[in-house]
Amino acid sequence: MHALLASDVPYWAQSLLRVLGGLVAVLLPAGTVVYLFLFKMMSFMQSRLGPMEAGPYGSLQLFAEVGKWLQKEDIHPARADKFLFKIAPLVVLASTFLLVVVVPFGPDAWFTNFEAGIFYALAVSSVSVLGILIAGWASANKYSLLGGLRAAGQLVAYELPMVLAVIGVVIQAGTMNLQEIVVAQNAGSMFGWDGLGNPYLLTQFVGFAVFMIAVQAELTQTPFDMPIAESELVSGYMTEYSGFRFLIFFIAEFATAGVFSMIAAVLFLGGWGVPFSWFGWTSLGDIDNWMNIVGPLILFTKMIVLTFLIMWVRFSYPRFREDQLQGFAWKVLIPVSLVNIMVTAILKVAF
Amino acid sequence: MLAADLLVAQNVGFYLIAGVMVVGALRVVTSNNVVHAALWLVVVLAGAAAQYVLLAAEFVAITQVLVYIGAVMVLFLFGTMLTRARIGAEKDLNNKNWVLGVPVAVLMLATMVIALNDGFGNEQLPLDAPPINTETISDQIFGPYLLPFWALSFVLLAAVIGAIVLARKD
Repeated sequence: MHALLASDVPYWAQSLLRVLGGLVAVLLPAGTVVYLFLFKMMSFMQSRLGPMEAGPYGSLQLFAEVGKWLQKEDIHPARADKFLFKIAPLVVLASTFLLVVVVPFGPDAWFTNFEAGIFYALAVSSVSVLGILIAGWASANKYSLLGGLRAAGQLVAYELPMVLAVIGVVIQAGTMNLQEIVVAQNAGSMFGWDGLGNPYLLTQFVGFAVFMIAVQAELTQTPFDMPIAESELVSGYMTEYSGFRFLIFFIAEFATAGVFSMIAAVLFLGGWGVPFSWFGWTSLGDIDNWMNIVGPLILFTKMIVLTFLIMWVRFSYPRFREDQLQGFAWKVLIPVSLVNIMVTAILKVAF
Repeated sequence: MLAADLLVAQNVGFYLIAGVMVVGALRVVTSNNVVHAALWLVVVLAGAAAQYVLLAAEFVAITQVLVYIGAVMVLFLFGTMLTRARIGAEKDLNNKNWVLGVPVAVLMLATMVIALNDGFGNEQLPLDAPPINTETISDQIFGPYLLPFWALSFVLLAAVIGAIVLARKD
């Protein structure tokens, strides 16, 4: 696949393919998460059926919803800052697209192979805060502004434990390149037994827990949904949005859930790979070409499992209070992840 | 300079990004809305990150995005939105004494041009230089520059403790 892209296809076509691939990688998880979890699983957890009319089991409901949003009028409040109001959702969505660029989907199926991949992912994920702040301020609505400020405070607070949780994995793998992290896990062994590779979930379970909690907060999913708390703030920073601009916020929220789950799968669950010992591979060069097709499917399956976790927590817990949220980040998650880094570093030097 | 020198992809990129940065920087000081000024500053800082990428310094570029756009500007916007940020133009936003700033800015520019020209005037990145990776930077920081790194860490620690002391009521 890599050889094909490098030799036969001209540069503009490669770029076009990459853009199309990026669209698929962002929209497919978003659609799956919304239909499977938000529509159906949530309904079953609440003893109702969810969408049933459009298509078998309501599976075409998504298209109906998108069609509904697209045909609505593009309106803005009379006293809003029009330009900023209009670009804010695009900034949030752009952050998602920047994020998906570093995720490896197979031995050669990647968009870019950044040397500092995971560091880049953490950096661009913070760009979405800007979009949310702009949306809250430009709406000229006090509920929106409060929602935007809450979102910014929350996202800045939970950025830190997320970065610190990743450092444990980086220390253990000895690299920040996501592709090499995948290889290190699948080519590794546990006490000489390599039947399962060495997924970092087993050694970095503290980092995994902290990372998933931080992801939950970054996505502003319940129990961390104070920025859009509907009983207090109408709908937070999204209050004034309708039509396709609301749709963009909506897609960005669930696409980011999918992309963050992919990154968590790459960091802790072995990403696209299968344990290399199954097929007698030892390094990236040995891997057969069919992994470029199977790899994305494996990663997608792991992503579904992790987004299931996120949604399960979302539908099960009530909302935190604002001070509990900040206290939890600064007094629990950050000290725990600092201890995790220390222990990981000591063990890395010892073994 | 010859046309052949100018029409290198890196040069075209540099001048495009630099143009955007200059326009952004001018709008930061001429805009009559605090939030708009802050957002133009985001454009300038993002431009700086893009220039680092052109210099094959990806770690520095990512750090620029993480620290300046993701943290500093967010706190900046947070602060202004929390206190005073009206929608629309504000007449009294520009200080009457802005003329005094011009010679300071020119002096600053001159100092930097002379200092940089003196220090790195004829140095060139080797063609086909590999990207400066994270390992090289960490080897430098934890090798020859360990002492300045520690000193900076202590300064930051002191600032954090100072902030807590100032903010606590009891």
